[in-house]
Amino acid sequence: MTRDLNVAVDTVGVADATPDEKQPWAELGLKDDEYQRIREILGRRPTQSELAMYSIMWSEHCSYKSSRVHLRQFGQKNPKTPRLLAGIGENAGVVAIDENIAVTFKVESHNHPSFVEPKQGAATGVGGIIRDIIAMGARPIAVMDSLRFGAIDHPDTARVLPGVVDGIGHYGNCVGLPNIGGETYFDPSYQGNPLVNALAVGVLPRARLQSMQASGTGNVVILLGAKTGLDGIGGVSVLGSASFSENAEDDARPAVQVGDPFTEKLLIEVCLELFDAGLVVGVQDLGGAGLTCALSETAAAGDGGMHVDLELVPLRAEGMEPHDILASESQERMLLIVDPAKAEEVLARSHRWGLLATAIGTVTGSGRLVVDFHGQTVVDVPPKSLADEGPVYHRPLAEPNDLGLISVDRAETLPRPATDEEIRQTVLDMAASPNLCDKSWITEQYDSSVFGNTVLATPHDAGVVRLDERTGVGIAISLDGNGRFARLDPYVGAQLSLAEAYRNVAVTGATPIAISDCLNFGSPEDPHVMWQFERAVTGIADGAQKLGIPVTGGNVSFYNQTGRDAIHPTPVLGVLGVIDDVARRIPLGLGKTGDTIALIGTTLDELSGSEWANVVHGHLGGVPPKVDLDHEMKLAELLARLAGTEQLAAAHDLSEGGLAQAMVEAICHSGLGAQILLPEGADPFTYLFSESSGRVLVVIPRGQELAVRTACEQRGLPITPLGVTDANTDGLHLRDHFDIGRAELEAAWKGRIGARLGE
Amino acid sequence: MARVVVDVMLKSEILDPQGEAVLGALPRLGVGDVASVRIGKRVEIEFDEHAQNIEEQSRVIADQLLANPVIENFTVSIEQGSTETGPVGAP
Repeated sequence: MTRDLNVAVDTVGVADATPDEKQPWAELGLKDDEYQRIREILGRRPTQSELAMYSIMWSEHCSYKSSRVHLRQFGQKNPKTPRLLAGIGENAGVVAIDENIAVTFKVESHNHPSFVEPKQGAATGVGGIIRDIIAMGARPIAVMDSLRFGAIDHPDTARVLPGVVDGIGHYGNCVGLPNIGGETYFDPSYQGNPLVNALAVGVLPRARLQSMQASGTGNVVILLGAKTGLDGIGGVSVLGSASFSENAEDDARPAVQVGDPFTEKLLIEVCLELFDAGLVVGVQDLGGAGLTCALSETAAAGDGGMHVDLELVPLRAEGMEPHDILASESQERMLLIVDPAKAEEVLARSHRWGLLATAIGTVTGSGRLVVDFHGQTVVDVPPKSLADEGPVYHRPLAEPNDLGLISVDRAETLPRPATDEEIRQTVLDMAASPNLCDKSWITEQYDSSVFGNTVLATPHDAGVVRLDERTGVGIAISLDGNGRFARLDPYVGAQLSLAEAYRNVAVTGATPIAISDCLNFGSPEDPHVMWQFERAVTGIADGAQKLGIPVTGGNVSFYNQTGRDAIHPTPVLGVLGVIDDVARRIPLGLGKTGDTIALIGTTLDELSGSEWANVVHGHLGGVPPKVDLDHEMKLAELLARLAGTEQLAAAHDLSEGGLAQAMVEAICHSGLGAQILLPEGADPFTYLFSESSGRVLVVIPRGQELAVRTACEQRGLPITPLGVTDANTDGLHLRDHFDIGRAELEAAWKGRIGARLGE
Repeated sequence: MARVVVDVMLKSEILDPQGEAVLGALPRLGVGDVASVRIGKRVEIEFDEHAQNIEEQSRVIADQLLANPVIENFTVSIEQGSTETGPVGAP
């Protein structure tokens, strides 16, 4: 499509000739000194297109300017492991499974778009993380999500939650990826700032690992996938405001994108075909910041420069200016760097799949990223200045003033249920509470088994997927966060989430090997938030070092804040593990009649930050439970061993809601009953509701009790027999205290989400 | 009785995967000269004879239920036979 150049394009020549022209750098979010630095780098004022590119690439989202100084800890403390094939800085971390195959996984936030337009925001969040996986050379095989909303009975939650769930289900189901797990929490601190964190995982032959480098002078730059439209341009539109007001249509340019999962499916297939045929030198997905980010990152990672003719980009909207094209966040696009001798074949193969593919430029040896528009140069910059040399801030840190007061306001001093009847009612009230109740209203909207490789999915502790039918090797992934604990102590809270994700992977019998994280915080300009961030990052980096598994990548989401009220600091941790034979995974449940139910780990009087304090008292104070990562490592090693020898019938991590909730879930899931006798001298309330870390409920098949006990004792892990599984017991029988029949348990636990949302 | 027609269309900048799919299928019918297809929805509402403030009520229905104003536009038109005249155009 040709167009008349009726609007004067702001070229490099024009910029040279008009050095004093006023530019809307402040409206684009740049600071005075940042704008001056751009002028220094270029030796002139930036063109409109260059200004758009710098404002995007130097934004918090792309440059990590507030977080970078802290994130360095991951690189410094990460344990060295031969498994790590690609780490932080790549599109997603890649870890080796064996000598032939590797997996790549990453978790990323799409919080703000999901608040504005829940369905499309969440859907494009899933689409974006899938493209990161493709860009590493992998076939995406599963997705997960970690969701946080405001109070369940707040009217806006009824708008946001169903939309988000619809969007995740729509996109994932259409692309044909199983959703194998995740978490959903409600807390008033997320009112107005819901968190939508999506994780994707993919598998690749190790030889197919791709790079984002645009190297090799003369290589062709190809844009693959959907057309480029005006969606998601947001702030950059101030640049075109003069011409924009002439537009007859009064549509405001939405900062929302609509994705097309069927195009994404084609992208997966085309890219994998091209990778397998050895036709691609470098690849980068187009996500936030669109072409701007993809061009500058590939050029910066390469060794030369790049020349792009922007008018060649296939457009969906009329009258798009160069800065619009560069900033567009249209979905389902990838950038490929291809040997010129193979370019024809790449285009032909893409077209055969029905996808647009267009050569838009070449790799040059100039060391500059040059963008022309109808023969006029609109961008001429050193690519590293965009991608790697953005501003770095050492923002001030200050411990929140209220933390001292909060830490002495311990939940352990709150009034507790005294009688058996009161404790019994507390079990039911907790099971029915928003954070602990059955989430199948959400998860049944997702396809969890497409591909036929899903071994475990929600409600199991971790999702387990088979990678190879012949060997049975598979992976387990869990995604966990706890903003309440992190609010009380971000260092310990982050480690508790890490420990929980690690343990959730371990209870399936898998061995944890890698971490991905999504760090959701308030405004970095608030020293209290920045302090929380620094503590959480340090906690994760120290935890990864201790556990001996690397942080392979992730994402930071700041500004989750309304006015002065920031969300609870919410680091969400994804842990990936490997299991040699998925046939030997350990499920959730109660095994079969006569099996022994036991608890591994120690129960202390730890209630601060617990769900009990939240549900019963609306209380958040004290110090969170202690973390013992040595203990977690021993526990994981034990569980992997017992899975391999098939000496456990079931296992379940104890987390929010403690032992009581773990029993409710195991009973409801298994269809069997449990006869439980608490250890002599144990306080029933504490034993049932404490949230002490490092505990796992295990079910031991008849005849294996001694072997399991010995294995625990050899590792110094305390194990306490609690009772037996019994098909003839109706629900939970807590000897000397109370009974709760299955019907009553299920009535409390099930059907709550839909009912609370008025559906 | 008043009959109101609400037309809901995706805003022009928003990708319409359904329209793109139809556009992609047209060559198979031998139709090769179509540049763009956009698909929306038409909703017909019949008010009973006692209805007041039909236009206002129709707008509320369209804005809060039928359309998603973040990504869609709508037009409300009141058809003949009603006491009010239409069409009344975009918001």
